[in-house]
Amino acid sequence: MTMTDDTTGVLGQRLLRREDPALLTGEARYTSDLPIPGALHLAVLRSPYARARILSVDTSAAAAMPGVTAVFSGADLADAWAGPMPCAWPVTEDMKSPTHYPLAVGQANYVGDGVACVLATSATAARDALDAIEVEYEPLEAVIDLEDALSDRVVIHDEIGTNRSYTWDLKIEESEGQVDRAFADAAYSVKARYIQQRLIPAAMEPRAVAAIPQPFGGDMTLYSATQVPHILKVMTALTLGIPEHQLRVVAPAVGGGFGSKLNVYAEELLCVALAKRTGSPVRWTETRSEGNQATIHGRGQIQDIELAADSDGRLTAVRVRLIGDMGAYLQLVTPGVPLLGAFLYAGVYELPKAYDFSCTSVFTNMTPTDAYRGAGRPEATYAIERAMDTLAAEIGIDPLELRRRNFIPTEAYPYEAMTGLVYDSGDHDRAATLAAEMIDYAGVRARQESQNVPGAAKRLGIGVSTYFEMCGLAPSRVLASLNYGAGGWEAATVRVLPTNKIQVVTGTAPHGQGHETAWSMIVAEKMGVSPDDVDVLHSDTAIAPLGLDTYGSRSLSVGGVAIAMACDKVIDKAKQIAAHQLEANPDDLEFSGGEFRVAGSPDRAMPLAAVAFEAFTAHNLPDGLEPNLEAHTTYDPPNFSWPFGTHMCLVEVDTETGEVDVLKYVAVDDCGNQVNPLIVDGQVHGGVVQGLAQALFEEAVYDADGNLQTSTLAEYLVPAASDVPAIETGHTITPSPTNQLGVKGIGEAGTIASTPAVINAIVDALSGLGVRDVPMPASPNTVWRAINEAQGGQQ
Amino acid sequence: MEITVTINGKSHTAEVEPRTLLVQFIREQVGLTGTNIGCDTSSCGACSVHVDGEAAKSCTLLAVQADGCSITTIEGMASADGTLHPMQQAFMENHGLQCGYCTPGMVMAATSLLAENPNPTEEEVRIGLEGNLCRCTGYHNIVQSVLACAKS
Amino acid sequence: MIPAAFDYVRAGSAAEAIQLIGQYGDEAKFLAGGHSLVPAMKLRLAQPTVLVDIGRVSDLSYIRDGGDHIAIGALTRHMDVEKSPVLAEHVPLLAHAAGHVGDPQVRHRGTIGGSLAHADPASDLPATTLALGATYVAEGPNGTREIAAADFYQGYFTSALAPDEMLTEIRVPKMGGAGWSFQKFNRRAQDWAIVGVAAWQRGSECGVGLVNMASTPVLASSVAAAIAGGASAADAAEAAAAEADPQADLNASVEYRVHLAKVLTRRALQAAAG
Repeated sequence: MTMTDDTTGVLGQRLLRREDPALLTGEARYTSDLPIPGALHLAVLRSPYARARILSVDTSAAAAMPGVTAVFSGADLADAWAGPMPCAWPVTEDMKSPTHYPLAVGQANYVGDGVACVLATSATAARDALDAIEVEYEPLEAVIDLEDALSDRVVIHDEIGTNRSYTWDLKIEESEGQVDRAFADAAYSVKARYIQQRLIPAAMEPRAVAAIPQPFGGDMTLYSATQVPHILKVMTALTLGIPEHQLRVVAPAVGGGFGSKLNVYAEELLCVALAKRTGSPVRWTETRSEGNQATIHGRGQIQDIELAADSDGRLTAVRVRLIGDMGAYLQLVTPGVPLLGAFLYAGVYELPKAYDFSCTSVFTNMTPTDAYRGAGRPEATYAIERAMDTLAAEIGIDPLELRRRNFIPTEAYPYEAMTGLVYDSGDHDRAATLAAEMIDYAGVRARQESQNVPGAAKRLGIGVSTYFEMCGLAPSRVLASLNYGAGGWEAATVRVLPTNKIQVVTGTAPHGQGHETAWSMIVAEKMGVSPDDVDVLHSDTAIAPLGLDTYGSRSLSVGGVAIAMACDKVIDKAKQIAAHQLEANPDDLEFSGGEFRVAGSPDRAMPLAAVAFEAFTAHNLPDGLEPNLEAHTTYDPPNFSWPFGTHMCLVEVDTETGEVDVLKYVAVDDCGNQVNPLIVDGQVHGGVVQGLAQALFEEAVYDADGNLQTSTLAEYLVPAASDVPAIETGHTITPSPTNQLGVKGIGEAGTIASTPAVINAIVDALSGLGVRDVPMPASPNTVWRAINEAQGGQQ
Repeated sequence: MEITVTINGKSHTAEVEPRTLLVQFIREQVGLTGTNIGCDTSSCGACSVHVDGEAAKSCTLLAVQADGCSITTIEGMASADGTLHPMQQAFMENHGLQCGYCTPGMVMAATSLLAENPNPTEEEVRIGLEGNLCRCTGYHNIVQSVLACAKS
Repeated sequence: MIPAAFDYVRAGSAAEAIQLIGQYGDEAKFLAGGHSLVPAMKLRLAQPTVLVDIGRVSDLSYIRDGGDHIAIGALTRHMDVEKSPVLAEHVPLLAHAAGHVGDPQVRHRGTIGGSLAHADPASDLPATTLALGATYVAEGPNGTREIAAADFYQGYFTSALAPDEMLTEIRVPKMGGAGWSFQKFNRRAQDWAIVGVAAWQRGSECGVGLVNMASTPVLASSVAAAIAGGASAADAAEAAAAEADPQADLNASVEYRVHLAKVLTRRALQAAAG
């Protein structure tokens, strides 16, 4: 902890969450819970075809139905938009992006693409009217396969003439040709293809929107189940041509996001446009089967990775070729997702400047993809961690030993990686050692010797994965170099009220992470008050006008640090007031435990409460000092933060049925100093299970015609409690040197680490049967097939 | 048609369309929005309430089917003086919730589970909650919460 | 999420229900627990114009000892089947299988008759009652008739019930101490089985029902014949799919289903014999 002696010991405690009582009693209001008198209900008619020309839309019968106020086709609303739907990450100068409006005009490009919409006085009337809209389609051939898309055999969007959105390269060599030479000279090399299946984020709260106009003043309030109220406000204003200062965006209680609510969606724009047009409030709540089609999907990549290593197994070069599945259109940050992984294909390992990455991303006739928990980083970590296991098998050494040989040594930190990024701190060996102890790595290896004999009905496997979670997005200048359309700063205001209660205004937008609790702890620690005396205001652009919201594990390492810095500013100002009152030099004052004291004269002291009241009355302030105790900070971090860790997974595979039983899961994560370990563990638990779900359960499946086969939660297998193991967490603490709290992020770590740990364990269990890889999700059928194929088709 | 349903001890008589789902009735007509809707296939359990003392998915019941029944929703769990139900308290103390959206349904399912099996094993808790999905917690602390509540 | 509109009538007795369903004709459907029908209606995959609610026909919720069999009222909930001491003693396989239907919330509301009449080959109870040699009692405008479980299932969601007939009772022979096993194989506990096997065995006599192995629940007669002929469980199980005609879906290929049926049948027979 780099904090000075003005600590009260609040940080690091397992404080219970202040968010919970409202959530536990039903008092919390999510967007669809808001009572909005007179609201019209929006329903969206969606294309049943993956690709079809829209020949005509007849809305007359629907418009005549009881309760229906209006029905619109895409063409009817063409004048509602100042511009197409936004993509904020044009990764290359020549990136291709098809025009995308909230309702399709002319051609629908995925099953679920909005084609028409209804406004009615009830949700039921709106839903009924959808069935009465007559749309004449001319179905066109759909493109579902990524390599087929790449071939341009069928071009989806005539206007751009190709299915290729962009190619983005990152080649780093000490001297030209180094990567090729490294592979030519390699003692060992491996090459593998991994498929990152499409995933459906499935936050438990479906998306919901309500737009409330003030027709005579021109103001508009947009309530949305969003992670990004601030970004949504800017983008909605631009897309609809609304003066930004007349738009207020509120994210009430938000039921999870995982990236799926990091977006600007058609329904948000439709609600605002139609509220503006009708003068009535307009609301919409997604149904789950609608959401599976019309809320972004995650992952969707084909990864070809090659590793070259010397005779000791030390990496000498990495080559990566990606095909990214953008889906039908580019949503807010769709094209940038594979780039976030580009910097992590060397994992936590030392790699010389011998790296060759290229990603070509293509359009397909499926739901647009975008950021999903981890966004690019789980994909990259999966590829390197699977490939490291393959390399270990090639060399014939233990996969944990191979990793140890390649770890960036602790003494090398801060470590300038071959990409030029500087990793702030790390101790990989310590995390790996702790994880190995927790799972009894040596003991498991011994058990395998006796259990995994020929003909064994159940085989034991252990999987290791190590990771970096590049997070805290980030220094704005670095984001600029990636062509990201926004900065990476975060804003905070800290205000001491006259009665010494403290208000914090943050630009982060929590949706389950417990920011109110965590931020109150930071302020309590800094200001010497009880966390109960701190109120945290957020997620309403009228209250917290500045912010860049919550995603990419950025909230603590950027937003939390901003709050600490604002506290410092308040303390500096308070110190001047206290010094004035105590007739001392401000430089002689110390602040701790909520009290200013004159150094060396303990009886000369003034509590913050008294200073706050003096600042409020302003009766006796130093000359030139403004009344009130309030400070604002906008913090742009100097670096990403680099949480890291080691996860290990123990599985037993039923060789007859292919069923995988996860016996034990150990997660050792290092996110620097922990503000609230209770919350840290919770983030790890949830992340691990989400990553494990990719490994074992989940996949958005399309048929050859582009129909989503997993359109409900009956088919899309979000696992339940009975389907997943208990998670054992362990932590090492290696503070980040780049911020005063010594913190890093933790939101995505579990998801990044767990997927390869699980698959590595399965392959480890089956390696004695000749299995070298198992595709995801490793369903029983898939595992059974892999065993069969490895056995030459015989059981 | 007209139905009378007792919700959290209070009788509600109202006219409903036959197709009105119980969850719609509770949320829209009675105005108790603590019960959430998370899916349309009876998969997620977010809408779980107690019907005559047993957990049921209020999205899979028509309001007319609940005519004459006694319903408890999440709003009926804490005492009038604000004291949380022991299960709510256990969820709080064990960090059994994050975004909170699945939580009302989890609490209702978990209390129903303990009513039928007061001293479950961890395995029995996991199986007993098979009808409720959570995306945040990985279930670890939910299971701990239910076990803690059973112990207390 | 919102079903299409329909009319709703409530029947106080089986006779009234049959009269009402006859009155409204083909587009009417019985509503028991509703846990098969309502989800389909919410997705508008089913759009009946009239629902005849039989959920309040209280004299159809019972579990009675009928001498050589146990008689179960069609409106008996899964949870009551699961927890019935009478069934635990005389037909433990059925009680156990009922505990695997859906999840606890579903079992609190769903009924055995509703599940059987829905005739979903992926449901647990049709195959289980088939394996047990159950007889179903149907009541129609012309009185009651008995239908053997083996004759009841005619195709996907299609049963031998006439549109104006209602399932009122399920009669399951007592197992007489036979060994039994229910093997439900799925990826998520709450889901339908990828393949399920319900089996009982007493000496060289056995019954094996397969879940989700055809358009109807399957009685694996060849397995029973093999066991009767003295085959080992492993050898008999090789014939598990002889009567099956499985389809591929998201969770399983045809080959895998056949393989699973054999593995699970072997395990079930071994457990039943053990």
